[in-house]
Amino acid sequence: MNEEIIASYLAAAIRLSVPLLLAGIGILFMSRSGILNIGMEGMVLIGALSGVLGAHYSGGAGAGLLFSMAVGGCIGLLFGFLVITTGADQVVIGTALNLLGLGITTVFGRSLLGMGQEAVKVDAIPIVGIPVLRDIPFVGEALFHQNLLAYAAYLLVPVVSFLFYKTQWGLQVRAVGEHPLAADTLGVRVHRIRYLCCMIGGMLAGVAGCSISLGILNQFTENMSAGRGFIALSAVIFGKWTPSGTMAAALLFGGADALQLRFRSFGIQIPYQFMLMFPYLLTMVTLAWFSGRNRQPAATAAPYKSLANRNT
Amino acid sequence: MEPILEIRDLVKRFGGFTAIDRLSLTIRKGEIHAILGENGAGKSTLMNMLSGMLSPDEGEIRLRGEPVKFTAPGQAVSKGIGMVHQHFMLIPALTVAENVLLGMKQDRSPLFRFKKACADIRKISDAFGLDVQPERIVGELSVGQKQRVEIVKTLYRGAEFIILDEPTAVLTPAEVEDLFRVLRTLKAQGKTIIFISHKLQEVQKICDRVTVLRLGKLIGTMEMGETNPAELARMMVGREVAAPVRKSTSQGKATRLEVREVSVTENGAVRLQDVSLQIREGEILGIAGVDGNGQRELSEVLFGLRAKQSGTVLLEGKELAKPHPRKMTDLGIAYIPEDRHKEGLMLPMSIAENLISKQYRESKFSLAGIMHWRRIRSNAEELIRQFSIRATGPNHPVGQLSGGNQQKVILARELMLNPKVMVAMQPTRGMDVGAAEYVHERILQAREQGCAILLISTELEEIMALSDRISVLYKGRIVGTVDREAADLDQIGLLMAGITSSSSVAI
Amino acid sequence: MHASVAGPAAAARWIKGIVEVGFYVGAILLALLVSGLVMAIAGVSPLESYRLIWEGAAGNANSVKETLVKATPLLFAGLSYTFAYRCGLFNIGAEGQIYVGALAGTIVALYIPGLPGYWHLPLCVIGGIVGGSLWGGIAGALKIGRGASEIINTIMLNYVAIYLVSYMVTGPIKDAGGNLPQTARLPESAILGKLFDSRLHYGFLLAIAIAVILYFILNHTVWGYEIRSVGHNPVAATVMGIPVKRNVLLVMMLSGAVAGIGGFVEISGVQNRLFQNFSPGFGYDGIAVALVGGAHPLGNIGSAVLFGGLRSGANSMQRLTGTSTSLVYVIQATIIILVVCNRYWFGGLKRRLILALTARLGNPGEKRPKLSFNLNEQEGKG
Repeated sequence: MNEEIIASYLAAAIRLSVPLLLAGIGILFMSRSGILNIGMEGMVLIGALSGVLGAHYSGGAGAGLLFSMAVGGCIGLLFGFLVITTGADQVVIGTALNLLGLGITTVFGRSLLGMGQEAVKVDAIPIVGIPVLRDIPFVGEALFHQNLLAYAAYLLVPVVSFLFYKTQWGLQVRAVGEHPLAADTLGVRVHRIRYLCCMIGGMLAGVAGCSISLGILNQFTENMSAGRGFIALSAVIFGKWTPSGTMAAALLFGGADALQLRFRSFGIQIPYQFMLMFPYLLTMVTLAWFSGRNRQPAATAAPYKSLANRNT
Repeated sequence: MEPILEIRDLVKRFGGFTAIDRLSLTIRKGEIHAILGENGAGKSTLMNMLSGMLSPDEGEIRLRGEPVKFTAPGQAVSKGIGMVHQHFMLIPALTVAENVLLGMKQDRSPLFRFKKACADIRKISDAFGLDVQPERIVGELSVGQKQRVEIVKTLYRGAEFIILDEPTAVLTPAEVEDLFRVLRTLKAQGKTIIFISHKLQEVQKICDRVTVLRLGKLIGTMEMGETNPAELARMMVGREVAAPVRKSTSQGKATRLEVREVSVTENGAVRLQDVSLQIREGEILGIAGVDGNGQRELSEVLFGLRAKQSGTVLLEGKELAKPHPRKMTDLGIAYIPEDRHKEGLMLPMSIAENLISKQYRESKFSLAGIMHWRRIRSNAEELIRQFSIRATGPNHPVGQLSGGNQQKVILARELMLNPKVMVAMQPTRGMDVGAAEYVHERILQAREQGCAILLISTELEEIMALSDRISVLYKGRIVGTVDREAADLDQIGLLMAGITSSSSVAI
Repeated sequence: MHASVAGPAAAARWIKGIVEVGFYVGAILLALLVSGLVMAIAGVSPLESYRLIWEGAAGNANSVKETLVKATPLLFAGLSYTFAYRCGLFNIGAEGQIYVGALAGTIVALYIPGLPGYWHLPLCVIGGIVGGSLWGGIAGALKIGRGASEIINTIMLNYVAIYLVSYMVTGPIKDAGGNLPQTARLPESAILGKLFDSRLHYGFLLAIAIAVILYFILNHTVWGYEIRSVGHNPVAATVMGIPVKRNVLLVMMLSGAVAGIGGFVEISGVQNRLFQNFSPGFGYDGIAVALVGGAHPLGNIGSAVLFGGLRSGANSMQRLTGTSTSLVYVIQATIIILVVCNRYWFGGLKRRLILALTARLGNPGEKRPKLSFNLNEQEGKG
């Protein structure tokens, strides 16, 4: 198999892993603070549309990115409000968010960008190549010739790791996800941390959406997230709720996605649908295999009424 | 010694129920002050207000002369009040250092430096003789170790004033001695300690002064040297503690339940070791022992909720090969679980539905898979009357009943089986005196009717009051069995600590 | 104490019921209002849209039939979620169970040949049952065997099912005569008969029948009692001797089976052939249907009709004005959010209202200190 094919495959694998990684880290923030978010699909879609809208109306991918982070952050806060302050069931609200995302983006997409026949094209996020390094055989293209968001996403991983394990705030987030009452007795502001994590999760969802609409496809099409929100959840689970694990899983799933697109050219006879099933099956196996040592934060999906509120 | 904490006319209500009624109290600096009272006397409520978890409705708290108002635990902590809860506020998945450091800044830096944290914790641990290892994961620690981590948590935050809520409830006698040693060291270094308990002997050993609460009111505060256990008990309960009148013992009757050499292991640790006992018809065998010595495992094995590694259980001479809760019920074994909310009831369901949760398949309650609600309801009405359960009717959700009434529902359900054997675990936990008395009466009544009863309780007074014979469980073994008449509290206490008469060395 | 309050107690229950329904209706109206705002922002006229939706949903006899056609798969999905929910399980996998049920039923329809008329259709429905209960059973087995979350597993299985059907209709069971990713048309003997000479088919009646059956099972049978007990407290249920694991598996299977029937019914009654992505999210909508229906089998009927009406109306609106049917998702999502939050935002108001109204009847009710005074969860016959 010649070098060009492998290089292009690896580059595609990384490119396709970026939305998964970004969305996955967003889910990770929320999960570690105890919030189960199955509504990432809708949030990513909203991010994708916001990115295109921002770029279209102000002429620039950067503006689009900022706009989608702002919108995503607001959606995250809304989600937080509904499940933290109101205490509604997180699974139900997540489902509602998926529906909302699909509906709103389709409606606004059509009304603001036209009827969808002629897709509005916008500037993509610039691709930056690092000289010298990009000429390394096989991996040079893949690792050192990607768009800016890809670099940002992968650099985010050690930053997030540092945040979780080496700062006080990160410790508080982890504590809140495991045993919010214990944290509350020590003065940790449980709700505030969860809100912040929801906002961060929402912002990252926005960026993830941009990485698809501005980074890969340069346009917005209806329902373009195509299940990536759920694959990102799978990545977090498969990665055992750690930043580096999520990264490895995102790479793996990105690789699988890139592979199924190239089946015919590689001469592989497996129907592409089975490759598409791969992330989901792998997640199920992971959940089943590691049943005894499940590292999911203990307080996930349980609403918490803070002690200060109980006083009234 | 000057006062460090003054409480004036404190009132706390929950709905229509007054938990703390005009309480006034003074704590002196550097003393170990006991708060005594039965379950429901208001001790925990009072301490929750001191530590900031609850706010008082009326009244004032003054710390070092200045009035304070806490709306969150963090505020109390910042004023130097540390609380060690009865149910530890520790995060099992994290290390000791992470638990202790949670919510604090090291030198005003947002970073969490694990090594420095460990060093600081070790310093405190050594200063007070606490023997805490900061790198370990909390989930792997023993109960006694976890408690010491909680103490370190308060000391790390500069607590001058430490509240311990029922600290000895889960400790072995040796661990209790360790704790007392730590408390004396803390006192020597100028800390003030509040020790909440309902155990008279311990309070006597360690405390300088004692305050007795009953039904939310202050009954009295005394120097330890100026009072005695009998007087304190009377103040706690409000009347002379009398043993209920019982009829003659069950000599010569047949053995109903026999346990032979039962052993249970879990995760490599031995929970029960060659446990053997017999209970005759119409006899109550009380199992005394500190919580955590195998009581739960014993009751679960007997009722089929847990597998045993060896040994046999015989009911009326016949071996119970593969016990399973349903089979046990069919054989006439009743079970009163330790935690009525988690294991005994479906809280959102009605009284009627809870009453039949073991008998719903009987032909009087269901036929061919269809429930006969009218009969189920009238059965409930009858039992509500018989057991004087305070409720609006058979459809009243059980979750809305008081603790005592909930236990009555459980009792009614079990006694409806006309059981041959009853396993009762902590049957009066968390109940007020009147409700507890009712439960005792019913248990004795069952005994009159020939039921063989295994009573497992950590309340020695309860065991002494009800049992015909008493066995002591220590570290999974039966270390001694005596008849009630021959029983001596000191001897039993020693057995509970693992000291048998044949050796003066603890097992 | 019981006989004497029989009169006022019954009236109190009526009042409670009416207030509850009132708040649900209020939540729905509020949702329509909020969605209207969203529409306005997007440049779509809310009044016009709602008028068209109403026309398309209930404006004339045809609309009503169309509403019921659309309501049918929603009802199946809602019942599926509801039934599992009562056992404390979250079956997010109705979507996948619909697909696999449709697949299994279609295979029976196409490949089990030469059966006399009466037997073919029921056999296909059984195929749907087998497919759906298999799919639900996988998640159930993983839960009881490995303690794995059924929330995650059912979501994963949704996607596996969608891709599986996609593979099957582009490969093994593809219609040999054509080029499209779909099966051949189902034989007449496997197609559900129509009612009133319209698109409305017997599947709707089947769904109603299943709703009644599930209601009966939950509230009047021994099994239903066990299911509800496990749903409230699996630990205590074990102590009572109620087999928890067995019930979890059976409930997941039956829940999946109901969705599976719905999948086949949709193919047999409406589409007449299986093709990929035939479900526009029925399974997920089922969650909304179940919620608005109060997690009660009979309540699901009403909410399924409501959502069916929204869909049917939106379709007609799209035909007439071009506004996307996806608008309906926005309305649905806001309904879900407001109905769910209604309990938390207005719970106190609702309680006080009920107490005030029942007090007027002279029923004192019992005052309890603190405790979780939750009128929403009263169980049992009365």
